[in-house]
Amino acid sequence: MKTSPEPPSGETGADPAPVLPSPQDPPYTLRSRRDGDRNLSGDLLEISMGPHHPSTHGVFQMDVTLDGETVVQLKPVFGYLHRNHEKIAENTSYLASMPYTDRLDYFNSMTSNWAYAISVETLAGIEVTERAEYIRVIVSELTRLLNHTCLIGFLVMDMGALGTPLMYAFREREKILDLFESLSGSRMMCNYLRFGGCRCDLPPQWLDQAREVISDFEAFLDSFEKLLTENEILMARTQHVGVLEADLAINAGITGPMLRACGVNYDLRKVDRYGIYDRFDFKVPLGATGDVYDRYMVRILEMRESLKILEKALRDIPEGPIVHPKAKLRGFRPKPGEAYGRIEGPKGELGFYLISDGKPQPYRYRVRPPSLINLTILEDMCLGHSVADVVVILGSVDIVLGEVDR
Amino acid sequence: MDEGLRGELSKHGVFTTTLEGLHNWGRRNSVWPLQFGLACCAIEMIATSMARYDLARFGAEVFRPSPRQADLMIVAGTVTKKMAPQVVRLYNQMPEPKYVIAMGACAISGGPFKQGYNVLKGIDRYLPVDVHIPGCPPRPEALIHAFMTLQRRIDAQSLTGPNRARHLRSDVDSEFPVPQFGAHDLHPPSNPKTWTPPQSVRSQ
Amino acid sequence: MIDTESIANELKTALPGCGIEFVANPSPSAQSSLLIQGTDLVAVAQWLKDHSEYRFDYLSNVTGVDHLEKTIKEKVKKTQVVDGEEQEVEETVEQTIPGYLEVVYHLYSMPLRHGPLILRARTGNRSNDVALPSLTPIWRSAEFQEREIFDLYGVTFDGHPDLRRLLMWDEFEDHPMRKDYVEPDDYEYEPTPHGPVLERANAHQTPPSTDAPSETQSD
Ligand code: SF4
Repeated sequence: MKTSPEPPSGETGADPAPVLPSPQDPPYTLRSRRDGDRNLSGDLLEISMGPHHPSTHGVFQMDVTLDGETVVQLKPVFGYLHRNHEKIAENTSYLASMPYTDRLDYFNSMTSNWAYAISVETLAGIEVTERAEYIRVIVSELTRLLNHTCLIGFLVMDMGALGTPLMYAFREREKILDLFESLSGSRMMCNYLRFGGCRCDLPPQWLDQAREVISDFEAFLDSFEKLLTENEILMARTQHVGVLEADLAINAGITGPMLRACGVNYDLRKVDRYGIYDRFDFKVPLGATGDVYDRYMVRILEMRESLKILEKALRDIPEGPIVHPKAKLRGFRPKPGEAYGRIEGPKGELGFYLISDGKPQPYRYRVRPPSLINLTILEDMCLGHSVADVVVILGSVDIVLGEVDR
Repeated sequence: MDEGLRGELSKHGVFTTTLEGLHNWGRRNSVWPLQFGLACCAIEMIATSMARYDLARFGAEVFRPSPRQADLMIVAGTVTKKMAPQVVRLYNQMPEPKYVIAMGACAISGGPFKQGYNVLKGIDRYLPVDVHIPGCPPRPEALIHAFMTLQRRIDAQSLTGPNRARHLRSDVDSEFPVPQFGAHDLHPPSNPKTWTPPQSVRSQ
Repeated sequence: MIDTESIANELKTALPGCGIEFVANPSPSAQSSLLIQGTDLVAVAQWLKDHSEYRFDYLSNVTGVDHLEKTIKEKVKKTQVVDGEEQEVEETVEQTIPGYLEVVYHLYSMPLRHGPLILRARTGNRSNDVALPSLTPIWRSAEFQEREIFDLYGVTFDGHPDLRRLLMWDEFEDHPMRKDYVEPDDYEYEPTPHGPVLERANAHQTPPSTDAPSETQSD
């Protein structure tokens, strides 16, 4: 006996079923851009990662808004290491800023030195001696090796590989630091380059030691890659995570391995050919998808290219003076004017913008920090991913807080 | 206890010690630092815990990310004014007994960045520091030395009497006021209870 | 290096009515720049970005510069006709240049691999007329750098999506990179100061009586 009409949808229940969203129609849309409206559901959770957080590589803070596990908003907060480098440099002589540049990016003191030296040399028209140019290439490529290994160590540590890869990386780092120490007297804060050259000549046997370190490094890189490159966990955690498109990357001023991982061929060593980089034959590794895995891979390949450069430089380095005789260190007053000099640091384009008004102190001293500008698109890369991926994406950007906040 | 008797006993496999000695031996060899890096010095701190320098030999390899589980705060790097309240807050959250090592010129006095408007001129303006390590950055050996100095300090503390360990005393503060962000500077600029301007030699 | 002067001329014909001025750089770097009127900045930037011959798609560096008000005493040689005879007379001319804040942009092109093209824009003064249009809608890379300039110099960028302080805390009121910023007096405690440092150190030796600890008194 039928008392009620058939439900139109064919269901037999008396109550009309509540309208549940089907899986094809999610309550919110994953956004890869921040603009536009968001259709959010549920309670949002705001968490603050940092400034004391083991995975933020220092004192960096992110205010993350989560919908469940998914990031819907991410605001970086800076300034916890704002050490007023620029203000101090504007009150002291040109040369006295050199040790401060060491402390900008404390993994890569040599490349920071070089960027500053190149800007002052552009500003004052100082030439660099042949031997010093070779030494600069050698130390900055060593720095690149050091930076990229340590970065990969930290990146993998962020994924949960506590210890082992980082210990390997730091073992290699110690070998390179020994070289730097015998060269400059300090492990990390080398303060080694001078306008027009370098501070002191290479100690005896230094080149042989360097050759030894480099030949060991090749083998280390092989074993490091054996550990990581085809590691299933690493691939699962990094592939298609934090994808960045090339046009957005260019627009946001991303430089360095981050940019090349998106497939943009822009390496200042090739573009500007500063120093003597036009004498070396090396390739610029490029990524295809622009995800975290590509960034990892670009860095590994870059290290292999650096080894090639180093081998040639160590073979070809000529004898000669270490500082150009016309370069003046004391009482240095460049003519009024301005200059912007930049180099390809391990993290990206590191530039210094100087304005001179004829005084011994620069009128304006500005650092163009690659780490800070590479963070511009951090939010774009993280949206739609889970919190655990944020840590990996941040690790792949390769920041050093001394340079982000200066 | 008589040293001779103790030596005699140990030959027979009987080890004697004081409760205090045992207590301090345990405390000294399991100091867990807070995993907390501020700037360049933190990299040397990490290097110290890595293979070559191996801080684990001193029982301090367990870097704890949470202040609630840490005994030792190594202030490694420049403390900026924006970071100082966070540092004090972290210290307040650590359980007693807690110790502070100020690593590097910046943590001691501001170091090379002393003239900076946003740089705190030494963490001892807000926190009591047990060991200072000079250097910019201090070598890992220096950190190890500071660590051994701290161990000696812990060893010298007793269970009773005026030289009691921090957690047995009621007269030491375990929490310090967190400075507030002001319009031009931190407020207060220093904690007068822990810090007074040093007497200048030429002060006249 | 690209020819800034010819770009200036091209810009003047392409965008008539825009305030564009060529600024030469006498130093050996010879990186000359274009001074753009603030109101025309966006139009010029868009033109430079879209022009097929230049394609400046990469804004590398954005910098703030502070110029205080200054009086320049210049000795100007003038030829005067004195008693029917031409003579050179030196005259001291005093000129007051009002202070302004300046923002400098360094542009490069990634596909064409040239640059830098340097643009500069100035605010009206240093106190109340400090607005410039934001270039963040055109180049995202300006986002944090403009925030930094807002923080440290006090230039406000119209059209910036999220103009907050970048480095200092929000309650902070000063703009510390300005040339006339007075930093808090909190650091002269060397054991053996001399000169002006000693004076400052002495000022700290007699703290206000409220929190003066008894052992700290100068003798
Ligand atoms: S003491 Fe030197 S190395 Fe250490 S944080 Fe300060 S500047 Fe960096």
